[in-house]
Amino acid sequence: MGRRVLVTGLGSFWGGRVAQVLEADSSVDVIIGLGTRAPTVELERTEYVRTDESYSILSRIVRATQVDTIIHTFLVVDSSQSSSRRMHEINVIGTMNLFAAASQPESRVCNVVVKSSTLVYGSTYADPVWFTEDSRRSALPKHPVERSLLEVEGYVRDYAADNPDVSVSLLRFSNVLGEDIVTPITRALERPLVPSIFGFDPRLQFVHEDDVVRAIMYVLDQELDGTFNVAGDGLLTWSEVVAMCGKRLAPLPPVGRSLAGSLLSRIGIDLPPELVDLLTYGRGIDNRRLKRAGFDYWHTSAGAVRAFAEAARLRSTFGDRPEYHYERDVEQFFRHSPAVVRDHRT
Amino acid sequence: MRPMAAEGSRRTRPNLVAVPADEDDGPPDETGSRTGSETPGDRSDRDDQSGDHRRTSPDAESGPSGEHAPDADDAEPERLSDVDEWGRSQHLRDLLAQLYDPIYDKWFRVEWEGFEKIPREGGALMVANHAGAIPADAPSIMHGIERELGRPVYGLADEMFKKVPVVNLAWSRLGGVQAHPDNAYRLLREQQHLVLVFPEGSKGPGKTYAERYRLRRFGRGGFVQIAMRAGVPIIPLAIVGSEETMPILTKVPAVARLLGLPYAPITANMLLGPLGALVPFPAKIRIRVLDPVHLDVLPDQPRYSRSRIMDTSEGIRNAIQEELYDMLRRRHSVWFG
Repeated sequence: MGRRVLVTGLGSFWGGRVAQVLEADSSVDVIIGLGTRAPTVELERTEYVRTDESYSILSRIVRATQVDTIIHTFLVVDSSQSSSRRMHEINVIGTMNLFAAASQPESRVCNVVVKSSTLVYGSTYADPVWFTEDSRRSALPKHPVERSLLEVEGYVRDYAADNPDVSVSLLRFSNVLGEDIVTPITRALERPLVPSIFGFDPRLQFVHEDDVVRAIMYVLDQELDGTFNVAGDGLLTWSEVVAMCGKRLAPLPPVGRSLAGSLLSRIGIDLPPELVDLLTYGRGIDNRRLKRAGFDYWHTSAGAVRAFAEAARLRSTFGDRPEYHYERDVEQFFRHSPAVVRDHRT
Repeated sequence: MRPMAAEGSRRTRPNLVAVPADEDDGPPDETGSRTGSETPGDRSDRDDQSGDHRRTSPDAESGPSGEHAPDADDAEPERLSDVDEWGRSQHLRDLLAQLYDPIYDKWFRVEWEGFEKIPREGGALMVANHAGAIPADAPSIMHGIERELGRPVYGLADEMFKKVPVVNLAWSRLGGVQAHPDNAYRLLREQQHLVLVFPEGSKGPGKTYAERYRLRRFGRGGFVQIAMRAGVPIIPLAIVGSEETMPILTKVPAVARLLGLPYAPITANMLLGPLGALVPFPAKIRIRVLDPVHLDVLPDQPRYSRSRIMDTSEGIRNAIQEELYDMLRRRHSVWFG
């Protein structure tokens, strides 16, 4: 019998991507996608269930569908796109409900993958150049997104400790770049003048969006237990990243930089406080644990930046490609109508 | 605007499977930690010894072996700068070396004794006494070794450097690394670099002229613990002359507190006008390399005997102090050595 997978955040970038890859995997029998909004990618056999942000109906779904695998991608790591209240609701309460549902006695869950972020390490002047999975933060968490992700990881650890027979993998992704992803960094890099902090040129590390999905699939296939950093090889200075994208730097004053950041956010230039920290002190992620587990990256940090830069150049000519529109009736027809010949599982 | 969940929204149809393997990466070590004779413009052979060290697992006692990047021979991704993972730029370093050469040769007339004791390859932790309001010893040691041996020297320094705009940049591009145990371990154990540290910390340069050549406490012996974990020898250096390059007459603690500095000195150089605040006196600098101290312990242990650490630390401190006495006995003139 194949896997029965539950994906959270189907309407988000990662949920949609993961579901697409799962659909191509013949060993996956059932894919259930939870989401607050409709998927924005074309899916063939994923069942979309609309829920509220904190998954109050989740325990019913877990019971009813007997899922054995949960891929938790629905975590807000971009604080510029939602209020900290909504972020708390999605990240902390959502994860709490997810694990509450997964640990009920009727649950048959035996694999859990959680997509966290290297934001949990923070970014301060006292940091080591490389963070390993076991490194501790140099300072207490300052920003709401960091605090909420740390709480999420707390729930993940608790769940893993309470359910030793469940394989729980916690993936911490560094900043993602690629052809399609939109983050505060990509928005900054698409402006003609890219913000930086005067007198600082931090080293950053990126991971390509394809490697993100591949890493999620890899830990699932290998049933890897534990915490893993996911980041492309190599550190790049911010000025180098900006130059690779063919843009110029617009330095902000180093004194009062968080104030400058929040002022810029007011006029529509997203510069969340955790990004200001990152643009001051940078962050290096030791990715060797996942490599030792056998994962090989397709892209380095520089490769991810280049992929983004090329896609951005293409977009400047062509504009955004049209988005897929989810139509419930059409989707239902393809999934359940006897008229459709379904032979994708051979 | 539509609320975006997770990290963002998608723009196009993903094409996961169709990404050609050759489109992307290269050796994982494209941060290019450099060794030896590599020239600044040359990025071709970056996957060198140090790179292999970095990829090996920290817990593997067997040292560098085995693990190899699957597609290490693919095309190297284009880099626009040569800043390595520690923030050091060989290019800028070479540029500065040209400027610093006359200062080193003509102003301080740096002279070494026992230079051959500095290893041409393999990691080693060099410890030295530290002095002068703006210490001239760090650049002299780093410049001298890099010029003679052609291998980089990384200087460990307090994290407060990293907070100061511009200074943090200059400092890290020229080989400064924050003195974090993880950084030191990686530099020494995994990459086998030469690392310089001043165990006195800011207490060394922060002492007044009246206390010159009297070594301060060597911290809590952290440098010994680092060398033990990394399994590298400690090479003590004794330096005479840096105290006189910028002697501190007195200190103004109120100003130091205000600016968040470890000390705010009034130096003798300031008496010569505003330029004197930055320009050191041309004291003769003499550096003596002591015999390397090999620590007879297993590397990679989680903890080492505290008494052993403190004894070694104190022993090295005394050895440097004795050497300083000897060098001062032989010194006829502050300016001519």
